[in-house]
Amino acid sequence: MEKKLLLTSSPHVHCGESIPIIMYNVIIALLPATLVGFYVFGFPAIKVVVLCCVFSMAIEYGWQKLFKQKISVFDGSALVTGLLLGLNLPAASPWWVALVGSFVAIVIAKQVFGGLGHNLFNPALVARVFLLISFPVQMTKWMKPVLAGSFWHPDIVTEATPLGLVKEEVMLHGKIIHAKAYSIFDLLIGNTGGCIGEVSALALIAGGLYLIYRGYVRWHIPVSFIATVFLVTGIMWAINPQVYINPIYHILSGGLMLGAFFMATDMVTSPITEKGMIIFGIGCGLLTAVIRLWGGYPEGVSFAILLMNSVTPLIDKYVRPKKFGFKPTN
Amino acid sequence: MAIEIFEFKGGVHPEDKKELSKNSRIEQLDAPEIVRIPLSQHIGAPAKAVVKEGDYILVGQVVGEAGGFVSAPVHSSVSGTVRKISTFISAPFGVPSLMVEIENDGQYRSVDFVEHENYLDLEPKELLKIIQNAGIVGMGGATFPTHVKLSPPPDFKIDTFIVNGVECELYLTADYRLMLEEPEKIIEGAKIVMKILGVDSGIIAIEGNKPDCIERIGRMVENEPIEVVELPVKYPQGGEKQLIKAITNREVPSGGLPMHVGAVVQNAGTVAAIYEAVRFGKPLIERITTVSGEAIKKPKNFKVKIGTLASHLISNCEGFKKPPKKIIFGGPMTGFAQYTLDIPVTKGTSGILAFTDDIVKEYEYTACISCGSCVRACPANLVPSFMSILIEKGLFEEADNNDVLDCIECGCCSYVCPAHRPLVHMFKLGKAKAMEIRRAKQNK
Repeated sequence: MEKKLLLTSSPHVHCGESIPIIMYNVIIALLPATLVGFYVFGFPAIKVVVLCCVFSMAIEYGWQKLFKQKISVFDGSALVTGLLLGLNLPAASPWWVALVGSFVAIVIAKQVFGGLGHNLFNPALVARVFLLISFPVQMTKWMKPVLAGSFWHPDIVTEATPLGLVKEEVMLHGKIIHAKAYSIFDLLIGNTGGCIGEVSALALIAGGLYLIYRGYVRWHIPVSFIATVFLVTGIMWAINPQVYINPIYHILSGGLMLGAFFMATDMVTSPITEKGMIIFGIGCGLLTAVIRLWGGYPEGVSFAILLMNSVTPLIDKYVRPKKFGFKPTN
Repeated sequence: MAIEIFEFKGGVHPEDKKELSKNSRIEQLDAPEIVRIPLSQHIGAPAKAVVKEGDYILVGQVVGEAGGFVSAPVHSSVSGTVRKISTFISAPFGVPSLMVEIENDGQYRSVDFVEHENYLDLEPKELLKIIQNAGIVGMGGATFPTHVKLSPPPDFKIDTFIVNGVECELYLTADYRLMLEEPEKIIEGAKIVMKILGVDSGIIAIEGNKPDCIERIGRMVENEPIEVVELPVKYPQGGEKQLIKAITNREVPSGGLPMHVGAVVQNAGTVAAIYEAVRFGKPLIERITTVSGEAIKKPKNFKVKIGTLASHLISNCEGFKKPPKKIIFGGPMTGFAQYTLDIPVTKGTSGILAFTDDIVKEYEYTACISCGSCVRACPANLVPSFMSILIEKGLFEEADNNDVLDCIECGCCSYVCPAHRPLVHMFKLGKAKAMEIRRAKQNK
């Protein structure tokens, strides 16, 4: 007797990719930056990141159980959101910031819209901005990097971020003085203040290039985003180097590398065509530069990406490939 | 003389798995005791039965008359007695269709075939009549009646004739073996078609994974008005529209046909069948079929009589290595899954594949994550992600406005989708519904 044969539509073979594979590769790509963050900020950083990951996954599981939905938490997307959220927080964040942030990311920015694939905004960024606006003190308490300090109980000595320093000095003194003390080397390896994941540009670039090489991230958004920031800040620096710091400093500091490679490239919330991705990247770059140079905040990446997320459906509606055999209607 | 190739955007590069059967010489397979010949093996009106239970028929005898111009007659591939005219359902047609069941007496007594030694002296009209009466249809799988394809209306001037020797589907090696073992049939058949269409030169397109065919046929056509063109290996290079673009850089307009850009494409097997019909008077009663797949003990290429059941072919491959999870007629990217082995080989059956459960899996799918893999893979430059979301919501008219009817159902999008969405399945449904809506509008 024949065992039952499977009847489904063509095609009958598959390339083998899956959502968990994509998510776990993103986590692998984030590991260098995560480990640098742990090393630079010590145990508090480990606590924040682990709590965000655990809370994010637990909240998603709880929500889906509560509403009798299919449990999808093992597809890796909640873990990626938790990791990205943790990397976007200052190392000194208290546990409840991790909890509130995870709740906002998973429930408000993702599950309420219908879960993975339906969200309009990048969940980790929604949470980060929510926390920034609601708890500005906690969210700007930047730790001094502890490359030579005690790992388990580092002194929570605060230090401004590279961009924060620039904004402060320009506001107070009308020009840049000490910000130049942060060398390119410091910015590349992570010897600066900032949130856990953003300090080492080198680690972030390495992870980003890995994802591009594997094909999980297209180069269009990171390149157009970073290039636009470089261009705009470069033009302003050329006009007035006393007040505007040089463009290399800009692209290596702040959340730009983290944002350009890992957050703006979030598949669900960015355009689906490559032309659309370039428009998206340029938009993010322009907004980031404008906020950094003339806005109230020293850092603009999170706001820029969220604003462009809201424009993604519009970009996808109008930026389409020309179909094969396209007949222009006369 | 090297022709410039114009690559189409998109496409995928799966492992072609042809090594399983490519070295197996074509094996002539006699038909089993019972042969089942469907009356609808082609696009267009089904043939009408002209035999009844108890009739004794010969090889090459018409058992079904063409049901109109866009139709084809069906001939018997064996001699014997008609057991009954029965109904069956199988993919791809999915609707009950008639078939003639014949008890094969093993004698292979045939009708008198009319031969033409000087076939190139015949007029195009005569050649077309022979092809029509021989019941020849597109043997690459589309099964479109060949005489219709070769009679474009006079307002469409044809300047390019391409023989499709690409065989881009995975596992299939039927055209490959034909090109290697019987290339003269393809070359002469091409010349016949060129005479019918009134073109001075022809092209035989072969994918780069068949260098031996390219070399062999290339040498044979050195003094002929035919050129062999090597195409880069990419699925679906053998798709008619992609093939025409590769060779002529013309895109068949949306909703249009190849003749609208002056091109006609024929599968290599069809061209060989044209030669056999014109030169030897042989109607389309047998074809080359690859039987392969990881579940088959000994994959082979057979020259099989139309109407032979799949079970007979598989037992001639020493049966199954492991119990199969899926049986497919055609190739894995575009073929049709069958629910039983009692399905006959028809004019369009290029392959019978049997897969084990580690090759074919059942997937649960999720929402689209907008990764863009499908957009990059689509050879028709559509946005499968968006079309699938519209179809999921039942917005079929919107799907039509988003070009779902331009989908060629090649399978590239579903192949790459990490969410395992059954995109082609959705588009098959979407296209049917969109056509329904269009027809309803027309009838208003």
